Amino acid sequence: MSGSGVERGQRAVFCGLTGIIWLHRKIQDAFFLIVGSRTCAHLMQSAAGVMVFAEPRFATAIIDERDLAGLADANAELDRIVKQLLARRPDIKLLFLVGSCPSEVIKLDLSRAAHRLSTQFSPAVRVLNYSGSGIETTFTQGEDACLSALVPDLPAADREQPANLLIVGALADVVEDQMRAVFAAMGISRVQFLPPRRSTQMPAIGPGTRYLLAQPFLADTARALEERSARRIDAPFPLGADGTSAWFKAAADAFGVDAGRFERATDAGRQRARGALGRYRELLAGKRIFFFPDSQLEIPLARFLAAELGMQILEIGTPYLHRAHMACELTALPAATPIVEGPHLDKQLDRCRELKPDLVVCGLGLANPLEALGIATKWSIELVFTPIQGFEQAADLAELFARPLVRRTRLVA
Amino acid sequence: MQLTVWTYEGPPHVGAMRIATAMRGVHYVLHAPQGDTYADLLFTMIERLPRRPPVTYTTFQARDLGGDTAGLFQRAAREAYERFQPQALLVGASCTAELIQDDPGGLARALELPIPVVPLDLSSYQKKENWGAAETFYRLVRAMASPAAPPRGTPRPARAPGIKARCNVLGPTALGFRHRDDLVAVREILDRLGVEVAVTAPLDASPADLARLGDADFNVVLYPEIARPAADWLGRTFDQPAVVTPPIGLGATREFIAEVARLAGVDPAPALAAASRAAWYSRSVDSNYLTGKRVFVFGDATHAIAAARIAADELGFTVAGLGSYTRELAREVRDAAARHGIEALITDDYLQVEAQIAELQPELVLGTQMERHIAKRLGIPCAVISAPVHVQDYPARYSPQMGFEGANVIFDTWVHPLMMGLEEHLLTMFRDDFEFHDDAPPSHLGPAPAPATASKSTPAPTPAAADAFPWHADAEKELAKIPFFVRGKARRNTERFARERSVPVITVETLYDAKAHFSR
Ligand code: SF4
Ligand code: SF4
Repeated sequence: MSGSGVERGQRAVFCGLTGIIWLHRKIQDAFFLIVGSRTCAHLMQSAAGVMVFAEPRFATAIIDERDLAGLADANAELDRIVKQLLARRPDIKLLFLVGSCPSEVIKLDLSRAAHRLSTQFSPAVRVLNYSGSGIETTFTQGEDACLSALVPDLPAADREQPANLLIVGALADVVEDQMRAVFAAMGISRVQFLPPRRSTQMPAIGPGTRYLLAQPFLADTARALEERSARRIDAPFPLGADGTSAWFKAAADAFGVDAGRFERATDAGRQRARGALGRYRELLAGKRIFFFPDSQLEIPLARFLAAELGMQILEIGTPYLHRAHMACELTALPAATPIVEGPHLDKQLDRCRELKPDLVVCGLGLANPLEALGIATKWSIELVFTPIQGFEQAADLAELFARPLVRRTRLVA
Repeated sequence: MQLTVWTYEGPPHVGAMRIATAMRGVHYVLHAPQGDTYADLLFTMIERLPRRPPVTYTTFQARDLGGDTAGLFQRAAREAYERFQPQALLVGASCTAELIQDDPGGLARALELPIPVVPLDLSSYQKKENWGAAETFYRLVRAMASPAAPPRGTPRPARAPGIKARCNVLGPTALGFRHRDDLVAVREILDRLGVEVAVTAPLDASPADLARLGDADFNVVLYPEIARPAADWLGRTFDQPAVVTPPIGLGATREFIAEVARLAGVDPAPALAAASRAAWYSRSVDSNYLTGKRVFVFGDATHAIAAARIAADELGFTVAGLGSYTRELAREVRDAAARHGIEALITDDYLQVEAQIAELQPELVLGTQMERHIAKRLGIPCAVISAPVHVQDYPARYSPQMGFEGANVIFDTWVHPLMMGLEEHLLTMFRDDFEFHDDAPPSHLGPAPAPATASKSTPAPTPAAADAFPWHADAEKELAKIPFFVRGKARRNTERFARERSVPVITVETLYDAKAHFSR
């Protein structure tokens, strides 16, 4: 790889609050209370409304004029709202107070509030806090902030116990189950996931913990884990047949699994994935793709599309570049792939229009305007919500990129 | 602070975006953090506009806060001007930027751009989307039309004989509930009357168009939520009267035509002559079963008031509840509710609306997408009459709410979710048929799952569960024979009847006594 540059200008990325859309489904007894404005509430509703209207485990405490004018004590107001909320939802065991731009600008101290409320409601409910604000976090960084808030509270692993493996980053339950089976076949049985499905199943960590990132946007979580003496296993991300294989291999090496056993544990999955990808390779090879900066998945996805499907990468935009976590990915990218860190929306749009890619990966706000220009698009948000990791999902992932192109060949009118 | 699960309106700057996006030649520079760019998807995904809203967000970050957010704003404004070459620039702040007090208006003026710059002060912590749209439209209209204003108190010169009357049509925006189709329907009425349209705004208007608003003889206000402040100002400044009855429903459409004809000095007959299918369908014998069905109405003020009137006067329903989230027009909604002998529910708290629907157990809910979800949970048929909008509220076919065609669309939309006449009877007679039983939805709506019994997700307990009244087992069984869509009401009425008479346990006798007592 090479050709990376930095741009600064208008961004068109969600803020970290958006992570709540999948996190609140993942941790089934957790509730996310955003302390923010009507804008924050409206963002959640617009980005998630259609998907999770049924039974959200999130809500917004909307700050109003009285709070700002000091007519109401914001902390007392927050306590009142939390009480009201917990009375209505006795099933909640873990409550996140989620900071927003307004709560940060007015310096509302949510960590003190969380501490105060935790004491008040323990042991029934634990209260933690993190910030999903748009001035601090982009889109998937909200998950990073949430997970790193969990880390200091994780139980300490027993020093006598052998090493354990921690998989970090929210994954679909089905993907977790598949991964657990592969690790078991390799003889790694002490595997845990962060975040867990229930707040009562928090993984234990300590100096014997090796962790493997399943998502590419977890810089703060990694730092917090290191502070608890856990050590990272360097690996690419588990996207595609080869990516997934290398990801498992990194764990195998760290846990001293011999080559034969690794092969036996992964061979069937890898072969299945490669076979299934073949069909999509025919459709996608040589097609030109352009990434707008959005989810942080851009670099691993581009690596997968180039290496395993033969697509041509025109430009990778990424909100920010974490070189250490991306090291394996960057070396696997084709030479001279242009990477642009930090967006400048209008300039990126200019380049995109000029290059006329076959496919563009972008946020929801840009998709239809690009389609109207005759450019096929894939929403990046779908790549965050869909199970795409692991061997069995490699072809599903390829299909997501093939579908917009196949659709165009079908429509005649 | 207010605990909010779902909101009926976005923040006021989204209202401003609805104006900017509706128009041509306007650009909006919004001082806001990156997450606020989600608002673009309202227009590109929900309304499926093929272009981005004309909005530049400064997307300042925490690291800018100590430094020069004002400089960032000015750079963004200058770049936006150079790139998009608008005729007028709107500038303002979202909720977060409002707190850092950078004064976008002053900063933009200091750039000395050669176009009008209209600063917006939208009080994000107090006001909401529709207010923001109204304020933005008013500010823009004032900024553009003021130069042509005659001295205060100048009466309008009389129209020369032989010159056609001209009006402005005010109110339709981007992201409106059927605004684009309504506009077509209204233009058709004006055409039939021989009234010319001078300017339609904000939809499809440019700032230059706004500058000639004063030329028209009068204004037609389609959505008071959005256009009333601007129309009031035009009235004061140019002595332009306004038609303020939105033509939603047959009665309102006829009134609208009469009003326009009066102001234009033309004969209303050609427009009134349009045949209405809805009027005949409602009188057809098949519609007898609609009589007295209890409906609950909730939406923005314009659509809720109109819906209540249509429900009562044009379909023969009974309006059991009426409410709106439009606080700015609360008085109008209260007056309308009083005409139906009920008290209006003015709230933007979705949980309160849910509680009232659960309590009233209506047979049909006419509401927004939120009420649609409430109704679904409670197993009550529902039709959507108002924003907040959903992608389904942008049908591919022409489906206005206004004018005679709008009345036809409304008839179909509201009647469709209900059991058809004979089906309702058959259900009552053969309620134990294994396929055709009372938990089955109307057969033309397909094999949907049985209506959800109040699910665990219902945040507010239904009153029935809150203070359960003792029922004799036989009475419960008898109650179960009543079709589900009236069972809730029967239970409620019987319990009220029993409570009033201090009956300790409800028996089959009590059930039929109550039925006789309440029968209409
Ligand atoms: S960017 Fe800030 S103000 Fe906007 S929705 Fe996100 S947290 Fe709320
Ligand atoms: S299918 Fe629908 S329209 Fe046909 S008879 Fe049944 S209820 Fe009526």
